[in-house]
Amino acid sequence: MTTFKRWLPEIDVLIPYAGTVILILAGSFIYPQILGLDYLSQQLQIAAFLGLLAVGATVVILLGHIDLSVPWVLGGAAIISTALVGSGNPTLSLLAIPTAVLFGAGIGVINGFGVAILRIPSMVWTLAVNSMLLGTSVVITGGFNPRGEASETMISLATGEFGGVPLAFCVWMVMTLAISVLLKRSAFGRYVSAIGYNEKATFLSGVSTPKVIIASFAIAGVCSALGGILLAGYANQAYQSMGDPFLLPTIAAVVIGGTSILGGRGSLAGTIGGVLFITLLNSILSVMQISDAWRNITFGAIIIIMLLFQSLRRK
Amino acid sequence: MPDFLRSNQREVMAVFVLLVLVTFYFATHPSGPSTYVMTIWANQGLILGLAAIAQFFAVIVRGIDLSVGAVMALTNCVASYLVIGTGMEMAGGIVVVLVVGVACGLVNGLLVVYGRIQPIVVTLATASLFVGIALLLRPTPGGVIDYDLADAITLDVLGIPTALVITAVIIGLVWMPLRRTGLGMGLYAVGSSESAAFQSGISVNTIRIASFALGGFFAGLAGLYFSFVTTTGDASIGPNYTLNSIAAVVLGGVLLRGGVGTLTGAIAGAFILKTIGALMFFSGLPPLAQPLIEGLILAAAIAIGGADVLRVKNRLEVFGR
Repeated sequence: MTTFKRWLPEIDVLIPYAGTVILILAGSFIYPQILGLDYLSQQLQIAAFLGLLAVGATVVILLGHIDLSVPWVLGGAAIISTALVGSGNPTLSLLAIPTAVLFGAGIGVINGFGVAILRIPSMVWTLAVNSMLLGTSVVITGGFNPRGEASETMISLATGEFGGVPLAFCVWMVMTLAISVLLKRSAFGRYVSAIGYNEKATFLSGVSTPKVIIASFAIAGVCSALGGILLAGYANQAYQSMGDPFLLPTIAAVVIGGTSILGGRGSLAGTIGGVLFITLLNSILSVMQISDAWRNITFGAIIIIMLLFQSLRRK
Repeated sequence: MPDFLRSNQREVMAVFVLLVLVTFYFATHPSGPSTYVMTIWANQGLILGLAAIAQFFAVIVRGIDLSVGAVMALTNCVASYLVIGTGMEMAGGIVVVLVVGVACGLVNGLLVVYGRIQPIVVTLATASLFVGIALLLRPTPGGVIDYDLADAITLDVLGIPTALVITAVIIGLVWMPLRRTGLGMGLYAVGSSESAAFQSGISVNTIRIASFALGGFFAGLAGLYFSFVTTTGDASIGPNYTLNSIAAVVLGGVLLRGGVGTLTGAIAGAFILKTIGALMFFSGLPPLAQPLIEGLILAAAIAIGGADVLRVKNRLEVFGR
């Protein structure tokens, strides 16, 4: 019985899914086509971009930190991968995806170094890293949209289908599964949550906390880079500040998914729900063709309601 | 005096860095240290300075406010409708603008205290809300502020930039007295240790709400001053100011974990950031390289601020930070 209970998801995790179902049902009253398979599978494809970023953000937030360098890690990965493909050299274009992923991991290590070794608050350090990346990209690209194109692989990863399921969604799910196993079934995963609860205690019990923090930021960097590669494949190009609109929704998705912003408590299952909820909310709001102003207001209000619902339930 | 220096180490450091930078800036400025150059510099500094004060009130009680820029955008748009007309109308308009700022701060504070949600998440969501309302008011930039009033507030008094006079007034007549009141002490108490503050009979909830309301007030003031400088309303000014206000308080020696730092430091941090930007503009560096160098300087400044971890004797001390 106890093992069975352990496998039941917590209510926190279910709330965003319930919210998603309510959104779909409510939306379908206004636009019946929302219930169509085409629309829903398209949403899964779009959700994958935000979803990949949110996987990395979940790991970092579980640590009790935050990664504000997502926009330009995403943008940098997109610029690097499209530039390599655009060079026309077949070897270089084959290396496009690995190089971009390595770039993400590298920036993640820099983030983790500042946070774990220099003890700079992650919010400030990752912000500084983000602005340095922005500056570097401006120097390199001259402030214009970089030239280059996406490779066949990138395009099919972003827009292809596999048995009716969008490939981008599959990439997201594979990544989620991999990190999920890492978090739930490995010592590393336990350390991540432990640091989120109490870093000092974790350090005193013999864990090399800096290594764990650096590795977590590296995972987040890889996730952001993958998001950038997919997004570049989707748009068939990289453009300046392509990552900016993703930063805040990523954090919102993780938090709506029931992960505590203070660290320690949370799960990737909840994050998937949060991502689906935010993607659908955005999509329905734009299908309704209301003005930007009301879109912002509704978005903010619904997120506040979701958060209140979660926190006040926990009396 | 040595005691004062020792207990205000961080601010003294920030002010010292600021003085060096400013001296260098005015010495190298192509048209020299004229009132005109100083006025433009002070105006830019004060806008970010006020935003940094708003951020300071959130950070000092161990919070963070991601809606500073959004409140500025909203109050800027409100001001672009109301701060025009007869003297009375403008006075009323300014009051309304500041009330809007305080109301935004109160919404944040109430959600944090009674909704029991972390400040960073609350203000993330309310920022979207406030920007939405600002966009309702001004879908595209527009509107005007009374030019005479704007001139009076953004130019100079007897050769001294009005912005610097306002800064001095805020530090001398608002902050210094406030620091000594129960509220001022309470801010530091709650930021240092919430449970200790609670056990010594401080109403932690009231302090938190008051602190967010004060933050909203100063964000409103920042939006208002921005309106005087640009004399128009624009709903899209937010994001830059939010992030820069965080950078400014950190440069000014305010600790993000709460309880340490002063309003003076926050203002100094803001002026440091703006001076670096201004120096860059006249430095003759290729314009395209400027964002990178600005980012590098910011990162270096923060890293140096964090470098005292290398000097701690007991490794456990670093976890307390």
